[in-house]
Amino acid sequence: MLLSEPFVPRESQRLIIGPDSHPVLHRHVRLRRDEIRGKWVILAPEKVLWPDEISVEILSRCTGKISVATLSQDLAKAYDAPADQVEADVIEFLQEWADRLLIRTEETPS
Amino acid sequence: MTRILAPLGILAELTHRCPLQCGYCSNPLELLKANRELSTGDWISTFRQAASLGVLQVHLSGGEPTLRKDLDQIIACLAENGIYSNLITAGVSFSREDLSRFRQAGLDHIQISFQGALPETTELVGHLKGAHEKKRAAAGWAVDLGLPLTINAPIHKLNIHEVPDFVALALELGAERLEIANVQYYGWAHLNRAALLPSYDAVMAQVEYVHDIRERLTGILNIDFVTPDYYADYPKPCMGGWGADAMAITPDGQVLPCHAAQTISSLTFDRVTEKSLSEIWHHSDAFNRYRGDSWMPETCRSCERKDIDFGGCRCQAFAVTGSAAETDPACIKSPYHAHLRKMPAEGPIQRRVIGKSPQPA
Repeated sequence: MLLSEPFVPRESQRLIIGPDSHPVLHRHVRLRRDEIRGKWVILAPEKVLWPDEISVEILSRCTGKISVATLSQDLAKAYDAPADQVEADVIEFLQEWADRLLIRTEETPS
Repeated sequence: MTRILAPLGILAELTHRCPLQCGYCSNPLELLKANRELSTGDWISTFRQAASLGVLQVHLSGGEPTLRKDLDQIIACLAENGIYSNLITAGVSFSREDLSRFRQAGLDHIQISFQGALPETTELVGHLKGAHEKKRAAAGWAVDLGLPLTINAPIHKLNIHEVPDFVALALELGAERLEIANVQYYGWAHLNRAALLPSYDAVMAQVEYVHDIRERLTGILNIDFVTPDYYADYPKPCMGGWGADAMAITPDGQVLPCHAAQTISSLTFDRVTEKSLSEIWHHSDAFNRYRGDSWMPETCRSCERKDIDFGGCRCQAFAVTGSAAETDPACIKSPYHAHLRKMPAEGPIQRRVIGKSPQPA
């Protein structure tokens, strides 16, 4: 079998999350409250994920309107935690979600 | 007694009608005519019940689900009830305007199947002239309309060499996700298995390629890989366990623990027109028969993998051994493991025709 690398269109390159990124849930991803199970749930094609409390805190702030830096400061205040540590954790978390194509970023944030 | 959790997903086979005639169709050998299909009201009532039972996702499938004239009403009902809707389609029998209506009704996601990565293969497998170009157009409309797109590629002997081309096609069409789904051998696929099962070497080369390319396309394209289990040492965790969190509903309203469950001739199934979905989920014999581990043969019950693969696939156990309560023969511990690779003589691929049963292989 041919083991060549397929052509990747320029508009679809791997996204790298940084403090200035404005993350937002991908269009095929829904975050909603499941009242029957009393939990938050992430719905995506052929996928059901049960984010923990802190993941929900991060994901519900992914509106495309605020940067990772602002989002992290928010969280640091809410949880009374060191801001730089929170930002590093948030970037790591969102990079993983971006790699799974669950998060994208808003290019021209409003 | 096994604790019964709320169901998460439903595969709704709205119709058996289909413009394609693939030799591995997941519909049963006996196909239903349109006059046996549930009414709009029956589906809407079923999906409302499903939402209150805890169902979060519905896959609208067939046959070809877009042949139902009431598809927008069905999608709207799912959206109203907060259910994530996924349209599983061949992409050859609707217009851009139809798709736009589905989108407006609240469709969350579309999955378009490609029988080949190249036009001649798509025609060879699905037996519809011009299908490939229609599918490409449908995928383009989906992207234009902002509908998230998965390309589904069912893999078998006739197209396994095109796996890299399927990856290129998914990237070119702008899909978020590619499903490289090796055909599972029940029903039609089991009947035609000698003509469809790829060689061991082809499967191994494919596994290596997909693992590598998936890594290289991290963050660019999600590739879901359904491996063929005929060459595996252990079975797949079929359905995440029988009656664990999913069900399938046939065009005439029978509720199944898995879409292939009708191949198990010793089971009977309840209908949504006769009982509530909740009663069927919790109490029907078909769902309770293979829940938990009390049904398991000693080989499975004492196995350290029983919570990983749940004894494997009941339909495969039935197809190969004649008993659905056997260990899945895909498992090396099954006394029938070697039977899996015994093939009938290879003949022409039998095609699905509604109202006509195929000849046994």
